[in-house]
Amino acid sequence: MPGLWKPGSRASAGKGKSMPAHRADDDGERTRRFRDAALPCLDDVYTLARYLLRDADAAEDAVQECYLRALKHFDSYRGPAIKPWLFAILRNICHAEFARRMNSPTAIAEIAEAESQEAAPLWHEAQASPEAELLRRRDATTIQRLVSALAEPFREILVLREMQNLSYREISDIVGAPIGTVMSRLARARAMLRTAWMAEEEPHK
Amino acid sequence: MTCDEAEILLHALLDDELDAGHVREVEAHIATCQRCAAELNAYRDMRSAMATSDLHFTAPPQLRQRIEVAFPKAHTPNRRAVLKGFAMGSVLSALAATGLVVVVLRHEDEQRILSEVVSAHLRALQAGHLTDVLSTDQHTVKPWFNGRLDVAPPVVDLTAQGFTLIGGRLDHVNGRTIGAIVYRRRTHVINLFVAQTTNAESRMAKIETVQGFNIRHWSERGLTYWAVSDLNADELADFGSKVELAAGAS
Ligand SMILES: [Zn+2]
Repeated sequence: MPGLWKPGSRASAGKGKSMPAHRADDDGERTRRFRDAALPCLDDVYTLARYLLRDADAAEDAVQECYLRALKHFDSYRGPAIKPWLFAILRNICHAEFARRMNSPTAIAEIAEAESQEAAPLWHEAQASPEAELLRRRDATTIQRLVSALAEPFREILVLREMQNLSYREISDIVGAPIGTVMSRLARARAMLRTAWMAEEEPHK
Repeated sequence: MTCDEAEILLHALLDDELDAGHVREVEAHIATCQRCAAELNAYRDMRSAMATSDLHFTAPPQLRQRIEVAFPKAHTPNRRAVLKGFAMGSVLSALAATGLVVVVLRHEDEQRILSEVVSAHLRALQAGHLTDVLSTDQHTVKPWFNGRLDVAPPVVDLTAQGFTLIGGRLDHVNGRTIGAIVYRRRTHVINLFVAQTTNAESRMAKIETVQGFNIRHWSERGLTYWAVSDLNADELADFGSKVELAAGAS
């Protein structure tokens, strides 16, 4: 769907300070610049890792690896926003982790499920009732659990949009998919979340 | 616009990603389609429920530590250049505003610079090119630097204290043009190199010996000074503290 989105709309969301590319004369100096730019993003990077990997220990390892790799490649970083750059590195690391887990039966089942979800018509997700049911309040822990239960390609895009506040363009760059794909996956991710949200039992008081 | 199209585009509308033309089209559809209007409201509710819940995770402190420890040994920011790309040091800004120095030693790699300073000293002695401006008058030497350096270094008269001003010249240290003020004590030449630093912090004077020459170096008010000579350490220390005193008073 070319030409649908506003050029530069929301582009400032999550944008970091501009980082001119200096020659790295000195490792200590470079490390300091990297630390000043990248460490403030640590909670956001960790949040993405938690949602992508759904495991606290694996998330810690992936984030540490992400920072080491980012420092190593800091010379090739050309800005402007450092957060999407870190996210793209983290995503590669998480995908390597997925590949490692590939042999597990749950992984294979989930991939098959995601593929069928991607192909299914959107109306299968949310019940098309003329008067939409009122959305009940859910606490943060419940929402986190519901988001974590989504299949990977949808979960990833939903988290980048809702939790990290990235623009479609930035998300498209990170996941390496056209903006049209980002839009349709996001629509489906929200539809799936909404279905799960409605189906969730009222917590016992 | 069909409902199938609206179903996707209403999300872009919520996310403020649509151009004005498509905003109008989606809104026109919503105005006439009860089902899509209900969908839009439901998703708007869900978005706002998510926005008002804290769905982030906080990195555990041990993760932060693990990352910090894994970094290669980095110098502390205080010792380091503050002027870096986006970080325009306030000292430099202040100096630039007063039309003073802008020779910036970006990387104060101390030992390397010390040996460069000694090389510059030797070069000047061996080439017999001690001064570009030859004058014992500080009011001649100081203005000579104006226009040649972004910031003229302070030139102080220490004749009464036994250090005779000879003149000044431009020199090169760390790939930069900096000022050198030349003094004489008996038969000993003292080169006083002055460069603007990127660090606002004052640094106490230190005396070091490099390749048989004594160097007294210190930083104050955004300038770094290196006094280099074959003069003995005590007298060079005396010279340095007199320069500090006079430059501080000027
Ligand atoms: Zn419709």
